[in-house]
Amino acid sequence: MKTNYRSPQQFFRQRQLRLWVVLIILIAIYWLSMAIVSFQTIPSIVKVPAGLVWLFKNFVPTQRSISYLGPILYQLWRTLLVAVSSTICASFFGLIFAILGAKTTTPSPILRVVIRFGASLLRNIPVVAWSMILLFSFKQSDFTGFLALFFMTLGYLTRAFTETIEDLDGEKLQALQAVGANYFQCVFCGVLPEVASTLTSWVLYMIENNLRDATLVGILTGTGVGFLFDHYFKSFRYDAAGLIVLLIAILVILLELSSTQIRRAIA
Amino acid sequence: MIENSSTTPKTLPQPNPKTKRISMMTRPRLILRTVLGGLTLVTLYSLLTLNTANLKLSEAFKSLGTNLHSMFLQPSVGQDSWNLLLTALTRSVSLAMLTTLLGALFAFFIAVGAARNLSPTWLANTIKAVMAFIRSIPTILWVLIYSVTMGLGANAAVVGLTFHSIAYLVKAYSESIEETSSDTIEALKASGVGFWPIVFQAILPSIIPALLSWTFIRFEINFANAVAVGAAAGADDIGYYLFMSGSFYSNFHEVGLIVYLLLGVAVILELVSMRLRGHYLQKN
Repeated sequence: MKTNYRSPQQFFRQRQLRLWVVLIILIAIYWLSMAIVSFQTIPSIVKVPAGLVWLFKNFVPTQRSISYLGPILYQLWRTLLVAVSSTICASFFGLIFAILGAKTTTPSPILRVVIRFGASLLRNIPVVAWSMILLFSFKQSDFTGFLALFFMTLGYLTRAFTETIEDLDGEKLQALQAVGANYFQCVFCGVLPEVASTLTSWVLYMIENNLRDATLVGILTGTGVGFLFDHYFKSFRYDAAGLIVLLIAILVILLELSSTQIRRAIA
Repeated sequence: MIENSSTTPKTLPQPNPKTKRISMMTRPRLILRTVLGGLTLVTLYSLLTLNTANLKLSEAFKSLGTNLHSMFLQPSVGQDSWNLLLTALTRSVSLAMLTTLLGALFAFFIAVGAARNLSPTWLANTIKAVMAFIRSIPTILWVLIYSVTMGLGANAAVVGLTFHSIAYLVKAYSESIEETSSDTIEALKASGVGFWPIVFQAILPSIIPALLSWTFIRFEINFANAVAVGAAAGADDIGYYLFMSGSFYSNFHEVGLIVYLLLGVAVILELVSMRLRGHYLQKN
């Protein structure tokens, strides 16, 4: 086999050249998108510190905003419930689909293709579209938010679960089959115990994610804490809106910390 | 005799206390079951108390069926034109690219400060805490907050999206940087290499695949966020038309068309990311 030998100088020159080409392409993409979006980089970046100062002045919760604490906490609780329940329901169905769709445990290859396609479809329909479609049929209720999050999470978790199951060592399954275990024994005694902690870790991640997305869905469908934020924000009660932002941040951070602890404990 | 026989069982040796009962229940397993059980209980509670007042579920599902039918089987442009929608779609993609590039640039330098093996612990911890706070606030709230100071539109959208991207990427990047072994860094430091040469000549080349894949993941997230920002904060992109056709005109044919356009972009992104990853995995 012929290997073309390059001197170090040649190597470095070529690397530098490649670096420049990549940089120029990136800068070109940046300029083009800037023009299309009509975004002014320098003036906007200059405004960021002033914006932050304004934020700290106006969004700091005041005495008045404490009086809104009751409804805010109630809606935050409802939003958390919707985030958790949609994730758990989606993970239940996602697990079934993943077992049926993973390469190692699928009963039929056709089913596998169908499930992959369906999951990818669910995942790629944006949450805005879900909210719009469901809002029309289910009106302004918690159920709308629940379904929007459910469908999206189902898409994500089916894919994540499928990949986790496929990563599993296939020889263990073969060994189980060799000693005469049937399909259900293979799945429930061979696959599930192995992947349980990874799957739980995914579920915890999705709960965090869904709590954040629930705010967006809330703004779009008029439910939960997102709606309350929108309401205070549009009626210029920035201190109350700031209190909501602060509480959401605290809740998300608490969730993140506790799920890190749980992950460490079950690993 | 009878007395005697009744006492014999008592003299039988007790089971040896040294033999342990073998239990399948290890501590991690117990915690796992408790967590899952607790979450299931919360789910049951919230499903039972879900606010479904004045909502007939069967009717609602039926109308959902008709809407899905008109969305996916009869898509049309509705009251907007193809030209308008495609321009708006391009704007969304550009918004995502812009915020990802800007975010990646800032995030890399902040991540160098947040990596435990490169910078002092107090600095790394402070940066990580601030980033965790920024990350915990949903993107859409950042955009809305900035729209007050900058006015509704592109500038607020870009700044808000970039803010969240930076916080996300700093976490990903700094974790990738921390995977570089500290021996390498110490060896280079000992031989008198400066700080930035270490970063750009030793660390950056070895983590490029990780950076690239994280950045691309963020690009996909930013595209979804750009659509959401259009819908909720009125940036003039495809999300705005999606929101208007969905909630204002209730024209599900147009919603369907826009969803198809978005799916098209998603497929292209998926293909590009596969190519990119394949390219880099072969090289390294």
